[in-house]
Amino acid sequence: MPIPETDVQWVETARLGFWEQLYIPSMLAGLKTTIGHIFSPQVKTEQYPEQEPKMPANYRGVHRLNRDHNDRVKCVACYMCATACPAHCIDIVAAPAPADWKDREKYPETFVIDELRCIYCGMCEEACPVDAIELTTLYDLTGLSREEMIFDKEKLLSVFDQTTKAGTDPVRTRAGRLGAASDTAPG
Amino acid sequence: MPPFDPLYTAIVIVCLIGGVLGLCAFLTLAERKISAWIQDRVGPNRVGPGGLLQPMADGGKFFLKEEVIPDHVDKIFYLLAPAVAVGTALLTLAVVPFGSTVPAPEPASSLAAYEQSQAEYQSHFSFVVNPGLDIGVLYLFAIGSLAVYGVVLAGWSANNKYSLLGSLRASAQIISYEIPLGMSVLGVFLICGSLNPEKIVAWQTDNGPYWLILFQPLALLLFMTSSYAEANRLPFDLPEAEQELVGGYHTEYSALKLGLMLLSEYVHLIAGSFMLSVMFLGGWSLFGLETISDDPIVAAVIKLVILCGKMFALCIFAQLIRWTIPRFRFDQLMNIAWKVLLPLALLNLICVMVVKQLGAPLLVLTVTSAVLVVGAGLFSVWTAGSVTNPKRKVVKLPAGIPAGVTYAS
Repeated sequence: MPIPETDVQWVETARLGFWEQLYIPSMLAGLKTTIGHIFSPQVKTEQYPEQEPKMPANYRGVHRLNRDHNDRVKCVACYMCATACPAHCIDIVAAPAPADWKDREKYPETFVIDELRCIYCGMCEEACPVDAIELTTLYDLTGLSREEMIFDKEKLLSVFDQTTKAGTDPVRTRAGRLGAASDTAPG
Repeated sequence: MPPFDPLYTAIVIVCLIGGVLGLCAFLTLAERKISAWIQDRVGPNRVGPGGLLQPMADGGKFFLKEEVIPDHVDKIFYLLAPAVAVGTALLTLAVVPFGSTVPAPEPASSLAAYEQSQAEYQSHFSFVVNPGLDIGVLYLFAIGSLAVYGVVLAGWSANNKYSLLGSLRASAQIISYEIPLGMSVLGVFLICGSLNPEKIVAWQTDNGPYWLILFQPLALLLFMTSSYAEANRLPFDLPEAEQELVGGYHTEYSALKLGLMLLSEYVHLIAGSFMLSVMFLGGWSLFGLETISDDPIVAAVIKLVILCGKMFALCIFAQLIRWTIPRFRFDQLMNIAWKVLLPLALLNLICVMVVKQLGAPLLVLTVTSAVLVVGAGLFSVWTAGSVTNPKRKVVKLPAGIPAGVTYAS
Protein backbone atom coordinates (compact mmCIF):
# COMPACT_ATOMS: atom_id res chain seq x y z
CA MET A 1 0.00 0.00 0.00
CA PRO A 2 1.82 3.12 -1.15
CA ILE A 3 1.62 6.22 1.01
CA PRO A 4 -0.65 8.78 -0.68
CA GLU A 5 1.14 11.95 -1.76
CA THR A 6 -1.13 14.07 0.44
CA ASP A 7 0.14 12.28 3.54
CA VAL A 8 3.81 12.95 2.79
CA GLN A 9 5.28 15.99 4.48
CA TRP A 10 8.54 17.34 3.11
CA VAL A 11 10.48 18.87 5.97
CA GLU A 12 13.41 21.21 5.41
CA THR A 13 16.14 21.24 8.06
CA ALA A 14 16.35 24.57 9.84
CA ARG A 15 19.07 26.86 8.49
CA LEU A 16 21.89 27.49 10.92
CA GLY A 17 22.60 31.12 11.74
CA PHE A 18 26.00 32.75 12.16
CA TRP A 19 26.16 31.95 15.88
CA GLU A 20 25.53 28.24 15.29
CA GLN A 21 27.90 28.11 12.34
CA LEU A 22 30.71 29.34 14.60
CA TYR A 23 30.19 26.08 16.51
CA ILE A 24 32.23 27.22 19.52
CA PRO A 25 29.43 29.14 21.32
CA SER A 26 27.06 26.19 20.95
CA MET A 27 29.74 23.89 22.30
CA LEU A 28 30.34 26.17 25.28
CA ALA A 29 26.61 26.21 25.98
CA GLY A 30 26.69 22.41 25.94
CA LEU A 31 29.68 22.35 28.27
CA LYS A 32 27.79 24.65 30.63
CA THR A 33 25.01 22.08 30.84
CA THR A 34 27.32 19.13 31.45
CA ILE A 35 29.44 20.94 34.03
CA GLY A 36 26.28 22.24 35.67
CA HIS A 37 25.12 18.68 36.17
CA ILE A 38 28.42 17.74 37.80
CA PHE A 39 28.22 20.54 40.36
CA SER A 40 24.50 20.38 41.07
CA PRO A 41 23.74 16.67 40.87
CA GLN A 42 20.11 15.63 40.96
CA VAL A 43 20.74 11.97 41.65
CA LYS A 44 17.54 10.00 41.49
CA THR A 45 19.00 6.50 41.39
CA GLU A 46 18.01 4.12 44.17
CA GLN A 47 20.84 2.66 46.27
CA TYR A 48 19.33 -0.79 45.95
CA PRO A 49 20.77 -3.16 48.54
CA GLU A 50 20.77 -0.44 51.20
CA GLN A 51 17.58 1.19 50.05
CA GLU A 52 14.69 -1.16 49.34
CA PRO A 53 12.29 -0.07 46.64
CA LYS A 54 8.67 0.48 47.62
CA MET A 55 6.63 -1.67 45.31
CA PRO A 56 3.18 -0.63 44.15
CA ALA A 57 0.35 -2.68 45.67
CA ASN A 58 -0.48 -4.29 42.32
CA TYR A 59 3.09 -5.49 41.74
CA ARG A 60 3.12 -9.09 40.54
CA GLY A 61 5.70 -10.96 42.58
CA VAL A 62 5.76 -14.31 44.40
CA HIS A 63 2.38 -16.03 44.83
CA ARG A 64 0.69 -16.75 48.12
CA LEU A 65 -2.27 -18.89 49.13
CA ASN A 66 -4.62 -16.95 51.38
CA ARG A 67 -6.02 -18.31 54.60
CA ASP A 68 -9.58 -17.82 55.70
CA HIS A 69 -10.76 -16.68 59.16
CA ASN A 70 -10.13 -20.17 60.59
CA ASP A 71 -6.58 -20.24 59.24
CA ARG A 72 -7.56 -22.91 56.76
CA VAL A 73 -6.46 -22.68 53.18
CA LYS A 74 -9.04 -20.66 51.31
CA CYS A 75 -8.64 -22.56 48.04
CA VAL A 76 -11.54 -24.76 46.95
CA ALA A 77 -9.52 -26.73 44.36
CA CYS A 78 -11.63 -25.66 41.41
CA TYR A 79 -8.65 -25.71 38.97
CA MET A 80 -9.60 -22.31 37.53
CA CYS A 81 -6.09 -20.93 38.11
CA ALA A 82 -4.38 -24.00 36.65
CA THR A 83 -6.64 -23.72 33.60
CA ALA A 84 -6.01 -20.02 33.18
CA CYS A 85 -2.26 -20.32 33.64
CA PRO A 86 -0.56 -19.73 30.26
CA ALA A 87 2.70 -21.24 31.51
CA HIS A 88 1.13 -24.36 33.02
CA CYS A 89 3.06 -23.91 36.22
CA ILE A 90 0.28 -24.69 38.71
CA ASP A 91 -0.30 -28.29 39.74
CA ILE A 92 -3.25 -29.06 42.03
CA VAL A 93 -4.43 -32.36 43.44
CA ALA A 94 -7.95 -32.02 44.83
CA ALA A 95 -9.43 -34.11 47.63
CA PRO A 96 -12.84 -34.13 49.35
CA ALA A 97 -12.87 -31.54 52.07
CA PRO A 98 -12.63 -32.82 55.68
CA ALA A 99 -16.02 -33.52 57.24
CA ASP A 100 -15.95 -30.49 59.54
CA TRP A 101 -15.31 -28.06 56.64
CA LYS A 102 -18.98 -27.41 56.01
CA ASP A 103 -18.57 -24.58 53.53
CA ARG A 104 -16.95 -26.48 50.65
CA GLU A 105 -16.83 -29.84 48.95
CA LYS A 106 -13.16 -29.96 47.92
CA TYR A 107 -9.87 -28.65 49.14
CA PRO A 108 -6.39 -28.89 47.59
CA GLU A 109 -4.46 -31.85 48.91
CA THR A 110 -1.37 -30.49 47.18
CA PHE A 111 -0.95 -27.14 45.52
CA VAL A 112 2.36 -26.70 43.74
CA ILE A 113 3.59 -23.70 41.74
CA ASP A 114 6.83 -23.85 39.77
CA GLU A 115 8.11 -20.33 40.38
CA LEU A 116 10.73 -20.73 37.65
CA ARG A 117 8.12 -21.57 35.06
CA CYS A 118 5.69 -18.86 36.10
CA ILE A 119 5.65 -15.73 33.99
CA TYR A 120 4.01 -13.61 36.71
CA CYS A 121 1.13 -12.55 34.49
CA GLY A 122 -1.46 -12.57 37.29
CA MET A 123 -4.00 -14.63 35.34
CA CYS A 124 -4.38 -17.07 38.26
CA GLU A 125 -5.30 -14.19 40.55
CA GLU A 126 -7.86 -12.97 38.01
CA ALA A 127 -9.31 -16.44 37.56
CA CYS A 128 -9.67 -17.40 41.23
CA PRO A 129 -13.37 -17.28 42.22
CA VAL A 130 -12.65 -17.19 45.96
CA ASP A 131 -9.63 -14.85 46.01
CA ALA A 132 -7.45 -17.63 47.37
CA ILE A 133 -4.37 -17.06 45.22
CA GLU A 134 -2.73 -13.64 45.10
CA LEU A 135 0.53 -12.22 43.84
CA THR A 136 2.56 -10.37 46.46
CA THR A 137 5.10 -7.61 46.20
CA LEU A 138 8.03 -9.93 46.98
CA TYR A 139 10.31 -9.20 44.03
CA ASP A 140 13.67 -10.63 45.11
CA LEU A 141 12.98 -14.36 44.96
CA THR A 142 16.16 -16.42 44.65
CA GLY A 143 17.08 -20.03 45.10
CA LEU A 144 20.09 -22.31 44.90
CA SER A 145 18.40 -25.14 43.02
CA ARG A 146 15.43 -25.78 40.75
CA GLU A 147 13.79 -27.94 43.43
CA GLU A 148 13.96 -25.06 45.86
CA MET A 149 11.94 -22.91 43.48
CA ILE A 150 9.01 -25.31 43.32
CA PHE A 151 6.65 -23.97 45.99
CA ASP A 152 4.20 -26.36 47.64
CA LYS A 153 1.08 -25.55 49.65
CA GLU A 154 2.86 -25.05 52.96
CA LYS A 155 5.40 -22.76 51.39
CA LEU A 156 2.70 -20.71 49.67
CA LEU A 157 0.75 -20.44 52.92
CA SER A 158 3.90 -19.34 54.70
CA VAL A 159 4.28 -16.60 52.11
CA PHE A 160 0.82 -15.45 53.16
CA ASP A 161 1.79 -15.48 56.83
CA GLN A 162 5.01 -13.67 56.10
CA THR A 163 3.56 -10.93 53.91
CA THR A 164 0.51 -10.21 56.06
CA LYS A 165 2.65 -10.15 59.20
CA ALA A 166 5.13 -7.79 57.61
CA GLY A 167 2.23 -5.62 56.47
CA THR A 168 3.57 -5.30 52.95
CA ASP A 169 0.61 -7.10 51.40
CA PRO A 170 -2.60 -6.94 53.44
CA VAL A 171 -5.38 -9.27 52.37
CA ARG A 172 -6.93 -7.57 49.40
CA THR A 173 -10.25 -9.34 49.08
CA ARG A 174 -13.32 -7.34 49.97
CA ALA A 175 -15.69 -10.32 49.59
CA GLY A 176 -17.15 -12.55 52.29
CA ARG A 177 -15.66 -15.52 54.00
CA LEU A 178 -15.00 -17.54 50.91
CA GLY A 179 -14.70 -14.70 48.46
CA ALA A 180 -16.78 -13.27 45.68
CA ALA A 181 -18.23 -16.52 44.36
CA SER A 182 -19.67 -17.64 47.68
CA ASP A 183 -21.63 -14.41 48.17
CA THR A 184 -23.88 -14.85 45.17
CA ALA A 185 -26.76 -17.23 45.58
CA PRO A 186 -26.44 -20.29 43.37
CA GLY A 187 -28.73 -20.54 40.38
CA MET B 1 73.66 15.87 22.05
CA PRO B 2 73.80 14.99 25.73
CA PRO B 3 75.69 11.83 26.64
CA PHE B 4 73.53 8.75 26.98
CA ASP B 5 73.14 7.35 30.47
CA PRO B 6 71.37 3.94 30.33
CA LEU B 7 70.67 3.77 34.06
CA TYR B 8 69.10 7.21 34.24
CA THR B 9 67.06 6.57 31.10
CA ALA B 10 65.88 3.21 32.42
CA ILE B 11 64.72 4.82 35.67
CA VAL B 12 62.85 7.55 33.78
CA ILE B 13 61.21 4.99 31.48
CA VAL B 14 60.08 2.84 34.39
CA CYS B 15 58.69 5.84 36.29
CA LEU B 16 56.97 7.28 33.22
CA ILE B 17 55.37 4.03 32.07
CA GLY B 18 54.38 3.10 35.60
CA GLY B 19 52.87 6.52 36.15
CA VAL B 20 51.06 6.55 32.82
CA LEU B 21 49.62 3.06 33.28
CA GLY B 22 48.47 3.94 36.79
CA LEU B 23 46.95 7.15 35.49
CA CYS B 24 45.17 5.20 32.73
CA ALA B 25 43.60 2.98 35.36
CA PHE B 26 42.35 5.96 37.29
CA LEU B 27 41.22 7.75 34.13
CA THR B 28 38.84 4.85 33.54
CA LEU B 29 37.42 5.47 37.01
CA ALA B 30 37.27 9.23 36.33
CA GLU B 31 35.55 8.53 33.02
CA ARG B 32 32.89 6.41 34.70
CA LYS B 33 32.43 8.80 37.61
CA ILE B 34 32.19 11.88 35.39
CA SER B 35 29.79 10.12 33.04
CA ALA B 36 27.69 9.21 36.05
CA TRP B 37 27.66 12.72 37.50
CA ILE B 38 26.77 14.29 34.18
CA GLN B 39 23.93 11.81 33.75
CA ASP B 40 22.68 12.35 37.34
CA ARG B 41 23.79 8.92 38.47
CA VAL B 42 26.13 7.84 41.26
CA GLY B 43 28.72 5.79 39.39
CA PRO B 44 30.88 2.97 40.72
CA ASN B 45 30.84 3.13 44.52
CA ARG B 46 31.13 -0.47 45.69
CA VAL B 47 34.87 -1.18 45.62
CA GLY B 48 36.75 0.79 48.23
CA PRO B 49 35.77 4.20 49.58
CA GLY B 50 33.69 5.96 46.93
CA GLY B 51 34.70 3.35 44.36
CA LEU B 52 38.35 4.37 44.47
CA LEU B 53 39.57 0.79 44.14
CA GLN B 54 37.39 0.09 41.09
CA PRO B 55 40.40 0.24 38.68
CA MET B 56 42.07 -2.58 40.67
CA ALA B 57 38.94 -4.71 40.33
CA ASP B 58 38.72 -3.91 36.60
CA GLY B 59 42.40 -4.70 36.06
CA GLY B 60 42.13 -7.93 38.03
CA LYS B 61 39.12 -8.89 35.96
CA PHE B 62 41.09 -8.38 32.75
CA PHE B 63 43.78 -10.75 34.06
CA LEU B 64 41.43 -13.43 35.32
CA LYS B 65 38.99 -13.62 32.41
CA GLU B 66 39.23 -16.38 29.86
CA GLU B 67 41.44 -15.59 26.89
CA VAL B 68 39.10 -16.45 24.04
CA ILE B 69 40.69 -16.77 20.62
CA PRO B 70 37.87 -17.46 18.17
CA ASP B 71 38.43 -20.16 15.56
CA HIS B 72 37.82 -17.87 12.61
CA VAL B 73 40.52 -15.29 13.35
CA ASP B 74 43.91 -14.96 11.71
CA LYS B 75 45.89 -15.93 14.82
CA ILE B 76 49.20 -14.19 14.12
CA PHE B 77 47.73 -10.77 13.33
CA TYR B 78 45.00 -11.20 15.92
CA LEU B 79 47.65 -11.58 18.62
CA LEU B 80 49.93 -8.96 17.08
CA ALA B 81 47.31 -6.19 16.94
CA PRO B 82 47.01 -5.38 20.67
CA ALA B 83 50.80 -5.45 20.97
CA VAL B 84 51.17 -3.02 18.07
CA ALA B 85 48.43 -0.77 19.43
CA VAL B 86 49.84 -0.50 22.93
CA GLY B 87 53.46 -0.52 21.77
CA THR B 88 53.06 2.44 19.42
CA ALA B 89 51.01 4.28 22.02
CA LEU B 90 53.73 3.85 24.64
CA LEU B 91 56.48 4.76 22.15
CA THR B 92 54.93 8.21 21.72
CA LEU B 93 55.79 8.92 25.35
CA ALA B 94 59.51 8.81 24.54
CA VAL B 95 59.68 12.49 23.55
CA VAL B 96 56.95 13.88 25.76
CA PRO B 97 58.27 16.09 28.55
CA PHE B 98 56.43 15.43 31.80
CA GLY B 99 58.22 17.81 34.14
CA SER B 100 60.83 20.53 34.13
CA THR B 101 63.04 20.45 31.07
CA VAL B 102 66.03 22.44 29.93
CA PRO B 103 66.70 22.78 26.22
CA ALA B 104 70.04 21.59 24.92
CA PRO B 105 72.46 24.50 24.44
CA GLU B 106 73.04 26.03 21.03
CA PRO B 107 76.35 25.32 19.27
CA ALA B 108 79.03 27.55 20.79
CA SER B 109 81.78 29.52 19.02
CA SER B 110 84.68 28.09 21.00
CA LEU B 111 85.43 24.73 22.54
CA ALA B 112 85.66 26.17 26.05
CA ALA B 113 82.31 27.89 25.71
CA TYR B 114 80.84 24.67 24.34
CA GLU B 115 82.10 22.61 27.25
CA GLN B 116 80.89 25.16 29.73
CA SER B 117 77.41 25.19 28.23
CA GLN B 118 77.38 21.39 28.13
CA ALA B 119 78.40 21.17 31.79
CA GLU B 120 75.68 23.67 32.64
CA TYR B 121 73.21 21.58 30.66
CA GLN B 122 74.31 18.33 32.35
CA SER B 123 73.77 19.82 35.80
CA HIS B 124 70.02 20.09 35.15
CA PHE B 125 67.56 17.31 35.48
CA SER B 126 65.31 16.73 32.48
CA PHE B 127 61.97 14.98 32.90
CA VAL B 128 61.89 13.39 29.49
CA VAL B 129 62.95 9.94 28.30
CA ASN B 130 64.89 11.21 25.30
CA PRO B 131 66.13 14.74 26.02
CA GLY B 132 67.51 16.98 23.31
CA LEU B 133 65.82 15.20 20.41
CA ASP B 134 65.46 17.91 17.79
CA ILE B 135 62.88 16.08 15.67
CA GLY B 136 60.75 15.61 18.82
CA VAL B 137 57.25 16.39 17.58
CA LEU B 138 57.94 14.91 14.14
CA TYR B 139 58.79 11.61 15.86
CA LEU B 140 55.52 11.87 17.75
CA PHE B 141 53.52 12.26 14.54
CA ALA B 142 55.43 9.42 12.85
CA ILE B 143 54.76 6.99 15.70
CA GLY B 144 51.22 8.29 16.09
CA SER B 145 50.41 7.40 12.50
CA LEU B 146 51.73 3.88 13.11
CA ALA B 147 48.98 3.50 15.70
CA VAL B 148 46.48 2.91 12.92
CA TYR B 149 48.19 -0.42 12.19
CA GLY B 150 47.05 -1.82 15.51
CA VAL B 151 43.47 -0.91 14.69
CA VAL B 152 43.60 -2.13 11.09
CA LEU B 153 45.25 -5.43 12.05
CA ALA B 154 42.69 -5.98 14.78
CA GLY B 155 39.79 -5.33 12.43
CA TRP B 156 41.17 -7.35 9.54
CA SER B 157 42.37 -10.40 11.47
CA ALA B 158 39.13 -10.74 13.46
CA ASN B 159 37.31 -11.89 10.29
CA ASN B 160 34.12 -10.22 11.42
CA LYS B 161 32.09 -7.64 9.55
CA TYR B 162 31.72 -5.27 12.50
CA SER B 163 35.44 -5.35 13.24
CA LEU B 164 36.26 -4.78 9.60
CA LEU B 165 33.85 -1.84 9.31
CA GLY B 166 35.27 -0.36 12.49
CA SER B 167 38.83 -0.64 11.33
CA LEU B 168 37.95 0.77 7.90
CA ARG B 169 36.40 3.77 9.59
CA ALA B 170 39.37 4.08 11.91
CA SER B 171 41.93 4.02 9.13
CA ALA B 172 40.08 6.64 7.09
CA GLN B 173 39.57 8.78 10.18
CA ILE B 174 43.09 8.60 11.57
CA ILE B 175 44.72 9.20 8.20
CA SER B 176 42.43 12.18 7.54
CA TYR B 177 42.99 13.77 10.93
CA GLU B 178 46.77 13.29 10.79
CA ILE B 179 46.88 16.15 8.29
CA PRO B 180 45.14 18.89 10.31
CA LEU B 181 46.97 17.56 13.39
CA GLY B 182 50.32 18.21 11.75
CA MET B 183 49.26 21.37 9.90
CA SER B 184 47.87 23.08 12.98
CA VAL B 185 51.13 22.99 14.90
CA LEU B 186 53.34 24.11 12.00
CA GLY B 187 52.64 27.68 13.10
CA VAL B 188 53.96 26.85 16.56
CA PHE B 189 57.16 25.48 15.06
CA LEU B 190 57.58 28.62 12.94
CA ILE B 191 57.14 30.87 15.98
CA CYS B 192 59.44 28.87 18.26
CA GLY B 193 61.90 27.87 15.55
CA SER B 194 62.16 24.29 16.74
CA LEU B 195 60.43 20.92 16.70
CA ASN B 196 61.98 20.09 20.04
CA PRO B 197 59.30 20.17 22.78
CA GLU B 198 61.86 21.33 25.33
CA LYS B 199 62.71 24.34 23.18
CA ILE B 200 59.02 25.08 22.62
CA VAL B 201 58.52 25.18 26.39
CA ALA B 202 61.64 27.28 26.80
CA TRP B 203 60.37 29.79 24.21
CA GLN B 204 57.13 30.15 26.15
CA THR B 205 58.77 30.53 29.54
CA ASP B 206 61.94 32.48 28.76
CA ASN B 207 60.28 35.65 27.44
CA GLY B 208 57.89 35.82 30.36
CA PRO B 209 54.74 33.77 30.38
CA TYR B 210 53.95 33.99 26.66
CA TRP B 211 51.88 30.88 26.31
CA LEU B 212 51.23 30.03 22.71
CA ILE B 213 47.49 29.81 23.36
CA LEU B 214 47.73 33.62 23.27
CA PHE B 215 49.05 33.72 19.72
CA GLN B 216 47.68 30.48 18.32
CA PRO B 217 44.24 29.91 19.84
CA LEU B 218 42.94 28.60 16.53
CA ALA B 219 45.82 26.14 16.25
CA LEU B 220 45.03 24.96 19.78
CA LEU B 221 41.42 24.26 18.81
CA LEU B 222 42.42 22.45 15.63
CA PHE B 223 45.08 20.40 17.41
CA MET B 224 42.75 19.47 20.22
CA THR B 225 39.98 18.41 17.82
CA SER B 226 42.36 16.33 15.74
CA SER B 227 43.98 14.72 18.75
CA TYR B 228 40.56 13.59 20.02
CA ALA B 229 39.97 12.06 16.60
CA GLU B 230 43.38 10.38 16.75
CA ALA B 231 42.59 8.90 20.16
CA ASN B 232 39.17 7.66 18.88
CA ARG B 233 37.39 9.60 21.58
CA LEU B 234 33.86 10.86 21.39
CA PRO B 235 32.62 12.74 19.34
CA PHE B 236 34.97 10.89 16.97
CA ASP B 237 34.51 7.34 18.23
CA LEU B 238 32.97 5.95 15.05
CA PRO B 239 35.48 3.06 14.84
CA GLU B 240 34.03 1.55 18.00
CA ALA B 241 30.50 2.93 17.95
CA GLU B 242 28.79 0.50 20.30
CA GLN B 243 25.34 1.24 18.97
CA GLU B 244 26.20 0.45 15.36
CA LEU B 245 29.28 -1.75 15.41
CA VAL B 246 29.04 -3.78 18.64
CA GLY B 247 32.39 -2.30 19.68
CA GLY B 248 34.07 -2.02 16.29
CA TYR B 249 37.57 -3.33 15.89
CA HIS B 250 37.78 -4.84 19.38
CA THR B 251 34.60 -6.87 19.06
CA GLU B 252 36.47 -10.18 19.00
CA TYR B 253 38.90 -9.37 21.79
CA SER B 254 38.58 -10.52 25.36
CA ALA B 255 40.45 -10.39 28.65
CA LEU B 256 43.87 -8.78 28.66
CA LYS B 257 43.98 -8.23 24.90
CA LEU B 258 40.88 -6.06 25.16
CA GLY B 259 42.51 -4.34 28.13
CA LEU B 260 45.57 -3.51 26.02
CA MET B 261 43.36 -2.11 23.24
CA LEU B 262 41.53 0.16 25.68
CA LEU B 263 44.79 1.07 27.37
CA SER B 264 46.33 2.26 24.12
CA GLU B 265 43.49 4.76 23.63
CA TYR B 266 44.03 6.23 27.07
CA VAL B 267 47.79 6.44 26.46
CA HIS B 268 47.05 8.34 23.24
CA LEU B 269 44.82 10.70 25.19
CA ILE B 270 47.52 11.25 27.83
CA ALA B 271 50.25 11.81 25.24
CA GLY B 272 47.99 14.22 23.33
CA SER B 273 47.17 16.13 26.51
CA PHE B 274 50.86 16.35 27.40
CA MET B 275 51.64 17.73 23.94
CA LEU B 276 48.78 20.24 24.20
CA SER B 277 50.07 21.53 27.52
CA VAL B 278 53.65 21.61 26.27
CA MET B 279 52.97 23.31 22.96
CA PHE B 280 50.16 25.70 23.85
CA LEU B 281 49.77 26.00 27.59
CA GLY B 282 53.32 26.87 28.60
CA GLY B 283 54.51 23.43 29.74
CA TRP B 284 55.62 23.54 33.36
CA SER B 285 55.03 27.27 33.90
CA LEU B 286 52.06 28.69 35.74
CA PHE B 287 52.15 32.46 36.33
CA GLY B 288 55.40 32.44 38.31
CA LEU B 289 54.33 29.64 40.64
CA GLU B 290 57.18 27.50 39.30
CA THR B 291 59.84 29.96 40.57
CA ILE B 292 58.48 30.06 44.10
CA SER B 293 61.27 27.87 45.49
CA ASP B 294 65.03 28.13 44.96
CA ASP B 295 65.65 24.57 46.03
CA PRO B 296 66.18 22.64 42.76
CA ILE B 297 64.40 19.51 43.98
CA VAL B 298 61.33 21.36 45.26
CA ALA B 299 61.25 23.41 42.05
CA ALA B 300 61.44 20.22 39.98
CA VAL B 301 58.57 18.70 41.94
CA ILE B 302 56.47 21.87 41.54
CA LYS B 303 57.07 21.89 37.78
CA LEU B 304 56.23 18.19 37.56
CA VAL B 305 52.99 18.77 39.44
CA ILE B 306 52.08 21.81 37.28
CA LEU B 307 52.64 20.01 33.98
CA CYS B 308 50.94 16.81 35.09
CA GLY B 309 48.08 18.87 36.52
CA LYS B 310 47.60 20.60 33.16
CA MET B 311 47.67 17.23 31.42
CA PHE B 312 45.13 15.79 33.86
CA ALA B 313 42.85 18.80 33.47
CA LEU B 314 42.94 18.35 29.68
CA CYS B 315 42.09 14.64 30.06
CA ILE B 316 39.12 15.56 32.24
CA PHE B 317 38.12 18.18 29.66
CA ALA B 318 38.12 15.48 26.98
CA GLN B 319 35.75 13.46 29.14
CA LEU B 320 33.47 16.46 29.56
CA ILE B 321 33.47 16.97 25.78
CA ARG B 322 32.46 13.35 25.43
CA TRP B 323 29.07 14.03 27.01
CA THR B 324 28.67 17.46 25.42
CA ILE B 325 28.81 16.76 21.70
CA PRO B 326 26.97 13.93 20.00
CA ARG B 327 28.84 11.60 17.68
CA PHE B 328 29.32 12.85 14.12
CA ARG B 329 28.03 11.04 11.09
CA PHE B 330 30.86 9.64 8.99
CA ASP B 331 30.41 12.13 6.13
CA GLN B 332 30.33 14.97 8.66
CA LEU B 333 33.52 13.60 10.17
CA MET B 334 35.28 13.66 6.82
CA ASN B 335 33.85 17.08 5.98
CA ILE B 336 35.20 18.52 9.22
CA ALA B 337 38.68 17.17 8.57
CA TRP B 338 39.01 18.13 4.91
CA LYS B 339 36.73 21.13 4.49
CA VAL B 340 37.05 22.88 7.86
CA LEU B 341 40.14 21.92 9.83
CA LEU B 342 42.58 21.62 6.93
CA PRO B 343 41.78 24.98 5.22
CA LEU B 344 41.74 26.76 8.57
CA ALA B 345 45.09 25.23 9.50
CA LEU B 346 46.57 26.24 6.14
CA LEU B 347 45.26 29.82 6.42
CA ASN B 348 46.56 30.02 9.97
CA LEU B 349 49.96 28.83 8.78
CA ILE B 350 50.00 31.48 6.05
CA CYS B 351 49.17 34.15 8.65
CA VAL B 352 52.10 33.00 10.79
CA MET B 353 54.42 33.06 7.78
CA VAL B 354 53.34 36.58 6.81
CA VAL B 355 53.67 37.87 10.35
CA LYS B 356 57.11 36.32 10.77
CA GLN B 357 58.25 37.68 7.41
CA LEU B 358 57.03 41.22 8.09
CA GLY B 359 58.31 41.13 11.66
CA ALA B 360 54.92 42.23 12.98
CA PRO B 361 54.14 41.73 16.69
CA LEU B 362 52.88 38.26 17.48
CA LEU B 363 49.64 39.64 18.90
CA VAL B 364 48.55 40.16 15.29
CA LEU B 365 48.22 36.37 15.16
CA THR B 366 45.63 36.44 17.93
CA VAL B 367 43.58 38.82 15.80
CA THR B 368 44.04 36.73 12.65
CA SER B 369 42.93 33.60 14.53
CA ALA B 370 39.73 35.33 15.62
CA VAL B 371 39.23 36.71 12.10
CA LEU B 372 39.66 33.24 10.63
CA VAL B 373 37.08 31.71 12.97
CA VAL B 374 34.56 34.49 12.36
CA GLY B 375 35.32 34.38 8.63
CA ALA B 376 34.71 30.64 8.55
CA GLY B 377 31.38 31.21 10.31
CA LEU B 378 30.40 33.95 7.87
CA PHE B 379 31.44 31.79 4.92
CA SER B 380 29.27 28.96 6.22
CA VAL B 381 26.30 31.32 6.58
CA TRP B 382 26.91 32.72 3.09
CA THR B 383 27.03 29.28 1.49
CA ALA B 384 24.20 28.09 3.77
CA GLY B 385 26.30 25.11 4.79
CA SER B 386 26.35 23.79 1.24
CA VAL B 387 30.10 23.22 1.40
CA THR B 388 30.42 21.30 4.64
CA ASN B 389 26.97 19.79 4.65
CA PRO B 390 25.79 19.42 1.05
CA LYS B 391 22.09 18.79 0.65
CA ARG B 392 21.08 15.45 -0.68
CA LYS B 393 18.93 15.73 -3.77
CA VAL B 394 15.32 14.78 -3.15
CA VAL B 395 14.05 12.59 -5.96
CA LYS B 396 10.29 12.37 -6.11
CA LEU B 397 9.09 9.15 -7.62
CA PRO B 398 6.41 9.34 -10.30
CA ALA B 399 2.92 8.72 -9.00
CA GLY B 400 1.87 5.15 -8.59
CA ILE B 401 5.27 3.73 -7.77
CA PRO B 402 5.37 2.41 -4.22
CA ALA B 403 7.78 4.09 -1.82
CA GLY B 404 10.91 2.15 -1.01
CA VAL B 405 11.24 0.66 -4.50
CA THR B 406 14.23 1.83 -6.45
CA TYR B 407 14.58 1.62 -10.18
CA ALA B 408 17.71 1.79 -12.22
CA SER B 409 17.61 5.08 -14.07
